[in-house]
Amino acid sequence: MPTPESLRYKNKLYYLLLAAGGLVALAGLYAVHMMEEHGHIISGMNNQIVWGLPHVFAIFLIVAASGVLNVASIGSVFGKAVYKARAPLASLLSIAMLSGGLTVLMLDLGRPDRIIVAATNYNSTSVFAWNVVLYSGMFSLVIVYLWTMMERRMHVWSKPAGFAVFAWRFVLTTGTGLIFAFLTARQAYGSALLPPMFIVLSFAWGLAVFHLVQTTIYAWNEKTLDPAILRRKKNLLGVFVIASLYMVAVYHMTNLYFAHQVAFENFILHEGGTYTMMFWIGYVLFGNAVPLGLIYAPGLGDTRCVMMASALVVLGGFAFLYVFIIGGQAFPLNIFPGYVASSSFGDGQIAHYEPSIYEIMLGFGGLAIAFIITTVSVRVLNFMPQDKAYIAD
Amino acid sequence: MSEINNDRRQFMGKALAMAGIAIAPGVMLYDVKAGNDGKPASSKVRWGMLIDSNQCKEGCDDCVTACSTENGLSGGKKSTDSQWIRKVELKDMRSGRSLNLPMMCQHCEQPPCVDVCPTQASFKRADGIVLVDKHRCIGCRYCMMACPYKARSFVHEELHDQNPEVPRGKGTVESCTLCVHRVDRGESPACMEACAKAGHNAILFGDLNDPESEISKRIRTVATSQIRADLGLNPGIRYQGM
Repeated sequence: MPTPESLRYKNKLYYLLLAAGGLVALAGLYAVHMMEEHGHIISGMNNQIVWGLPHVFAIFLIVAASGVLNVASIGSVFGKAVYKARAPLASLLSIAMLSGGLTVLMLDLGRPDRIIVAATNYNSTSVFAWNVVLYSGMFSLVIVYLWTMMERRMHVWSKPAGFAVFAWRFVLTTGTGLIFAFLTARQAYGSALLPPMFIVLSFAWGLAVFHLVQTTIYAWNEKTLDPAILRRKKNLLGVFVIASLYMVAVYHMTNLYFAHQVAFENFILHEGGTYTMMFWIGYVLFGNAVPLGLIYAPGLGDTRCVMMASALVVLGGFAFLYVFIIGGQAFPLNIFPGYVASSSFGDGQIAHYEPSIYEIMLGFGGLAIAFIITTVSVRVLNFMPQDKAYIAD
Repeated sequence: MSEINNDRRQFMGKALAMAGIAIAPGVMLYDVKAGNDGKPASSKVRWGMLIDSNQCKEGCDDCVTACSTENGLSGGKKSTDSQWIRKVELKDMRSGRSLNLPMMCQHCEQPPCVDVCPTQASFKRADGIVLVDKHRCIGCRYCMMACPYKARSFVHEELHDQNPEVPRGKGTVESCTLCVHRVDRGESPACMEACAKAGHNAILFGDLNDPESEISKRIRTVATSQIRADLGLNPGIRYQGM
């Protein structure tokens, strides 16, 4: 039983965390205000690197928002009790991260005040426009799903709602991958591999975020997660990390096979400086190899190891997206095949990009929004996984 | 009772008339603005250009300067500055042959920017000119990601001294309009005029759909190419000497 002192302490800590989150979110809003006032000139983005750090944050959050639902799907769709108990928390995280990601994406627009135009002038051939429907649909579906799980009378509907969410999130991450897959002229993108790659990446990132939040909630409530459940879930994370590494390897290997893509791959994998470092050290080593060691090495794999592995998978995800989005644009567009090109507009040159403090503030502002939604919801509603005595199914 | 109704009717009638008078100029202006001599742009015309890289001189950037002056661009060359047209120097990797050419929006028949634009702000006029509606653009920059020619610029900062004929806006995307305001007056684009004035005549503007136009005749008689023709976008800008 928690003592009154510890409860008071926790109460204080809760408001402190909320205030900290609020401050970061406010800093993000301040960055938006500055970008509105001065234009994107105060960001590090330019006419060569048109999508920068805010997009890295936004896409991570949106992809992880879809991936975290895996926990819910395994429960509702495949009927695994351990996961079913965690479906409400997974759904909450999904809504929180989707809100954070979309806020960043929207506030980075050149004219965020015109966002309603995206609804009034809908272009049915635009993947972005499709995504507007996919995001809002996901939002509504997950809320309905949560309702069916949390309202006893609606329990009968939770399986169909779970199915709908399961299907929708696959389409949603496909849509996120397609944003890049449809950019035919860019060497880094324009590949049909991207949608499945994003889906697999979402599994790993979403589960990693879930682990981090779940461990924190258990610690907060002074409870211990059943080691059998932890073992099962850490193995799943391991499988997802291996699968995502495989997808990324296939993406780069197919590129290496095409003669016209070799220069681009050479840039990312070998001569790209920061991008190469981020890929090998940030993504491959710390985002994949070390977490796999922490999960599978004999003697490791306890709660702390899984927590650290999850944090590294998340950081690796950011490193991957930085290389994918910004490195992909930094490599010069091949407008004149067979020629060496140069101009005042960066033709034939590696584009320069340095994120500004405002972009960093905006990105973290998105994370803060997700954090606030999660923290408040976990306190006011019952999202704590309720496990029955664990029996392997 | 009936008197009151009459008053009300009169009032309604007058109000409607007033509203009509207030709205009409806007509607009329819109009509006058759309197209050549008040006529809307016609799909019978396909505006295009033929650029002869043999005539394009190294070091000359008169077309770039003319574009900046005509469209109220700063002419700056920072990575955040708008460049609607740029001079590109090319060197053939195998033969070592050098050539120069101006690069701008290629006014594709199948423009990727129009496909990807979520708000239909990027659009193609019936006469083939690809434009951005500055009132609809939300500044997502997806078109810049999609353009295979890097033809588009994003307005990164506050604008001053705009040319009223070429409205621009901070936070929106823009690109070569083929000097649509001049074309609609029956004139040719500023870059072509400047190139001719410098005596190079490397740029020829005209109607690709009219078999009698000079551009069509030239395209029939000399070998021309489209940049990244492999993408199948059928750009309206063709190059000679590549």
